[in-house]
Amino acid sequence: MSVLVLAEHDNKNLKPATLNAVTAAAQLGEVTILVAGKDCRAVADDAAKVAGVAKVLLAQSDAYAHPLAENVAALLVELAGDYSHVLAPATTSGKNIMPRVAALLDVAQISDILVVEGADTFVRPIYAGNALATVKSSDAIKVITVRGTAFEAAAPEGGSGTVEEISVDKDAGLSSFVGADLTKSERPELTSARIIISGGRGMQNGENFKILEDVADKLGAAIGASRAAVDAGYVSNDYQVGQTGKVVAPDLYIAVGISGAIQHLAGMKDSKVIVAINKDAEAPIFQIADYGVVADLFEAVPALSAELDKAQS
Amino acid sequence: MKVLVAVKRVIDYNVKIRVKPDNTGVETANVKMSMNPFDEIAVEEAVKLKEAGTAEEIVVVSIGSKASQETIRTALAMGCDSGIQVETDADLQPLAVAKLLKGIVEKESPDLVIVGKQAIDDDSNQTGQMLSALLGWPQGTFASKLDFADGGVTVTREIDGGLETIKLKMPAIITTDLRLNVPRYASLPNIMKAKKKQIEVLSPDDLGVDVAPRLEVLKVTEPQKREAGVILENVAQLVDKLKNEAKVI
Repeated sequence: MSVLVLAEHDNKNLKPATLNAVTAAAQLGEVTILVAGKDCRAVADDAAKVAGVAKVLLAQSDAYAHPLAENVAALLVELAGDYSHVLAPATTSGKNIMPRVAALLDVAQISDILVVEGADTFVRPIYAGNALATVKSSDAIKVITVRGTAFEAAAPEGGSGTVEEISVDKDAGLSSFVGADLTKSERPELTSARIIISGGRGMQNGENFKILEDVADKLGAAIGASRAAVDAGYVSNDYQVGQTGKVVAPDLYIAVGISGAIQHLAGMKDSKVIVAINKDAEAPIFQIADYGVVADLFEAVPALSAELDKAQS
Repeated sequence: MKVLVAVKRVIDYNVKIRVKPDNTGVETANVKMSMNPFDEIAVEEAVKLKEAGTAEEIVVVSIGSKASQETIRTALAMGCDSGIQVETDADLQPLAVAKLLKGIVEKESPDLVIVGKQAIDDDSNQTGQMLSALLGWPQGTFASKLDFADGGVTVTREIDGGLETIKLKMPAIITTDLRLNVPRYASLPNIMKAKKKQIEVLSPDDLGVDVAPRLEVLKVTEPQKREAGVILENVAQLVDKLKNEAKVI
C-alpha cells in the first residue's frame, strides 16, 4: 500500500507535526510526502531525508504560496488516486484542508487518529477524549488527520527519498491570502508548549495572572486558563484550555486555582504530569493530579517562584 | 444577504459522559442536551449581521431526531427568522450531513452559511469544509472575525501560532471559533415569540441524499483513567518532586 502525507511547512522549514504523521503513515505502507508551496525546494530536500520516506512530490506555484484549502485540496484530489491513504497532521492547516479533500473524493474523513489498528481501522478520540472510538472505513481511499501527540516523531535524518517535481497548478480562484499575524511572544504557544501553567476562577482577576507569568518565565511555560476564568473576563478566549478551548498534552501541566470542571479536564487530562494548587482540598482537580498542594495560591505561587530560583541556582 | 446557520443538538458540555457498558457508544438517555457551543457562536454571528443590516434573513437548520426542533427553537429565540428540520434517527456522519446541507443550500439559496467549527460530541471538525467542497464554495474555517466588503468577505482565522487573514469570494462558508463572539441568552419575550416562528420539516429522502455511514464504529471505550497522586505539604517538596522524581523541570 502507498500512503501520501501532506507536509506542513512555511516554505522554509518542514514543521515538526509532519514527522509524527510520517510515523503513522509508515505503519500503513510506503510513504510519499507532498510538499506544496512556493520557492520551497529546501523543504522538499529536508522531507526526503526523513527516515522512512520513499519519495517526495514537490509542487511549486503561486497558488500554493500559502496553504489555502481550496487550492491544496484540489491538488491532493488530483494525486489521491495513486494512494490507499492520504494523511495530514491534525493541525489547524490539516483540519482545514483534509475534509475538503475527502468530500471531493466522496469518502469519509477520519479525524485526529491516535492508533493505527490496521489498514482500515483506527482509534480516534470523541467527546474531547473522554471516550475512544474504534472505527473501520469502507472507503477505497482513507483520508486521515493524525494527532501528533499520539505518534513519535520520525527521525528527521537518515532517509534517502527521491524528490520529484510535479507541474500541477490548481488555483481555484475562490480565496486569497491577505496576511498573517503570528504570536511573537517569548512564551511558547499553548498547543505545542512542553510546560503549561493555567489559572482558574481562584485567580480572582486578570491582574493576578502576573504571578503566573513570573513562574511561566522561569519554566519556559505557556499560560492557559479555565473557562471559568475566561467567562469571568480575567483573560481572553485564546487562553482557554478545555473541551471548547484548546486540547493540550504537555509534559507538565500546573493548574492553579482551578477546581477541575469536566470541560476543563477534557482539555488537559492527557498531560504527562499534572500539578494542582488549590486551597479547597475537595476540588475534583486533585483526583487526577499527580502532585497536589492544598494552599492559598497567592502564597503558594510566589513561593513556587522562589523555590524555582533556588533550584536553578 | 441571506444567511443559513446549521446547529447540532449535543450532550451539554457540562455533562460527564458515560460509555455504555456494551461499548456501542455513549449513554444519551436522560442526559441534558444543548446546542453545540460552536453553533451558538454561529447563530450569534448571524444575528449580529442582521442587527448590523448586513443580513436580511436568517434560516436555521438542524438535522436529527424530533428533539432537534428544541435546538432550532433556541436559535429562533436568539434571533433567527425561520427553521428547517431534516428529520432522521439515523447515525449521521459529517459527509452525510454535508450532503443534506447542500440540498438545503440549493433550496434556500443563501449567500453565506455559518456553522460551528466542530461538534463537541464526535469532534470531527469536518462538516463546514465538506459542505464547501460539495458546493464548490470557498471556506473560512476557525473564524474569529468577519468583514464584509466589495462583494466578498475577509476572514480572520485562528491558526496554530496566531491569526491568518484570507479573502473569500461570495457565496462562502464560515466555521466559527471561540473568539468570534459571545453568544447571547434569549430573553423570555423572544422565547415566546420564537414559538410562533415556522419550522419546516423535511426528510433525507426529500433531499435525495443517501445517509448511510461510511465509517463503522466497532467499539467505544473509556480511556485509561488517571489515578490521584500524592498531596504534598509545600511547594518546596513540589519542586523537588518535579525535578528529581518526574524529571519534567
